Amino acid sequence: MTTTPSDVIHDIGYRHYDGPRLGRAYARRSLYAQSLRGAYGLGRSAKSKVMPMILFAVMCAPAAIIVAVAIGTSMTKLPIEYTRYAIIMQTVISLFLAAQAPQSVSLDLRFKVTPLYFSRPIERIDYVAAKYAALATALFILTAVPVTILYIGALLAKFDFGDATSGFAKALVAELLLSLLYAGLGLLIAALTPRRGFGVAGIIALFTLSFGAVSSVQAVASVQGSESAIAWLGLFSPITLIDGVQTWWLGASSSYVDNAGPSSAFAGCVFLLVLLAVIGGTFGLLMSRYRKVGLS
Amino acid sequence: MACATNVKSVTVIATEGLTKRYPRVTALDRLTVDVKPGVTGLVGANGAGKSTLIKLLLGLSSATEGGARVLGLDVATDGAQIRARVGYMPEHDCLPPDVSATEFVVHMARMSGMPATAARERTADTLRHVGLYEERYRPIGGYSTGMKQRVKLAQALVHDPQLVLLDEPTNGLDPVGRDEMLGLIRRVHTDFGISVLVTSHLLGELERTSDHIVVIDGGRLLRADSTSDFTQATASLAVEVTDSEQQLLEKLTAAGLTAHADGRLLLVDIADDDSYDTVRDAVAELGVGLVRMEQRRHRIAEIFRGEGAGHDNHTV
Repeated sequence: MTTTPSDVIHDIGYRHYDGPRLGRAYARRSLYAQSLRGAYGLGRSAKSKVMPMILFAVMCAPAAIIVAVAIGTSMTKLPIEYTRYAIIMQTVISLFLAAQAPQSVSLDLRFKVTPLYFSRPIERIDYVAAKYAALATALFILTAVPVTILYIGALLAKFDFGDATSGFAKALVAELLLSLLYAGLGLLIAALTPRRGFGVAGIIALFTLSFGAVSSVQAVASVQGSESAIAWLGLFSPITLIDGVQTWWLGASSSYVDNAGPSSAFAGCVFLLVLLAVIGGTFGLLMSRYRKVGLS
Repeated sequence: MACATNVKSVTVIATEGLTKRYPRVTALDRLTVDVKPGVTGLVGANGAGKSTLIKLLLGLSSATEGGARVLGLDVATDGAQIRARVGYMPEHDCLPPDVSATEFVVHMARMSGMPATAARERTADTLRHVGLYEERYRPIGGYSTGMKQRVKLAQALVHDPQLVLLDEPTNGLDPVGRDEMLGLIRRVHTDFGISVLVTSHLLGELERTSDHIVVIDGGRLLRADSTSDFTQATASLAVEVTDSEQQLLEKLTAAGLTAHADGRLLLVDIADDDSYDTVRDAVAELGVGLVRMEQRRHRIAEIFRGEGAGHDNHTV
């Protein structure tokens, strides 16, 4: 006879959960998604969004300007190569890495969130792999979006479709490698310290000092006319390593002085192997770093 | 011990000769203890091996010798399965300041394998159960210690575990916050039906909350009892009189009470309610002034004095 009144709030008390419990792979994907969003400040405070968003805008602006100019004037192809874009914008990429790699791992160490992750059904490799993949993806978005703008612009301006597509594809491959290399180096430095500032300084130091040193020694080698020395020196900084690989493997034009990128198949293979070894090595070192970071 | 199989089926944690040696220190020394459903207090001084035990129970560190089972699963081989069914609240801070409690607990629920919708629903429920309401949308950095402890508890409960391990949950709380946290811990068992292992270096506060108490020191089991046994054994009465402490001590001993002098105080073990009358009568007969009579809990140190080796094997 009695009907339940509709305007009563019931305290239903504690309810147990009977739904599905997805496993380790799902947890790893969740950490990947959360870290990727975090790299652009999504899901974090407004302050955390400022830096990555500004850098993203700075990264895309020149591409948009180039496209506007190319369409507005009667050019027959884009004024720069697709593969060259990341090399020119390397400072912005390094700054993004320096800001976001510590955000991704140093903060977990500083605020001791890592023990909570390891009290969940994931293993060490899941944490490292998710963080690595997330930062690499964030960097890939940062570098691939502007060249995509260039590509779309080239298509709109009705530049040669074959040229544009192959240049664009090569740039994407090079940027994938760059993202993996940068993410590994950045995370490794950031994971060494719970202090975000040290991580930021360490990453900027590594990228600018190594590039500065390599460029100046290359300049000296150029004066002395030693072309092969210029090429080999490129192994010793991240951005010149990427440059060397794309020069030999993808047929991009070299940004080294005198355009003296690695020319022989042997040199090219060494560049590619060094690149892959550094990527694998940073992953391995990260794994051993987190062996020590247990519950406390 | 006649119903050994039955006991095994309702045991939440069982350790057998569990030993953890680090190069320079033995953190756990042949610990054998069974923990049944309910609230169990794990008491020990700092460095007694509480955190080491928790690490081993979560399968995050491997035992040097011996073994343990949590919810019937072997810690050496089934770590991930254990961690899916157990919640853990660390002693230290573990919260990022620039995300909201909701955002953080949802993320932790997903890390425990809950689908996105369920994670959000359970986060809302759990935060309400631990007493966080509107503030749950604000960044954690602005929370009080009490609110942060609640978030830490919520992330340990959000995936509806069968057992939670709470490491010093009352650390840093003021007396009111402490009582609220202890009440909440009690409810985790009585209302939510989740077993609790809670550590503290203060025996007194766990006596009120726990069904069982396990005391460890230097990595060894000192004592494991139900709380009622424990309280009886540890309740004592501090008596201060204006004069003639020695005569009073003799009188009390003659009356069959166990008592000893501690400076100007007499500490009398309470056998039953009549003990109070005995003390009152003895003081009255001597005609001295009674300055105070106050109930005391033994501190862990006193238990340590009274208990020696030979308590390696206990069932709670």
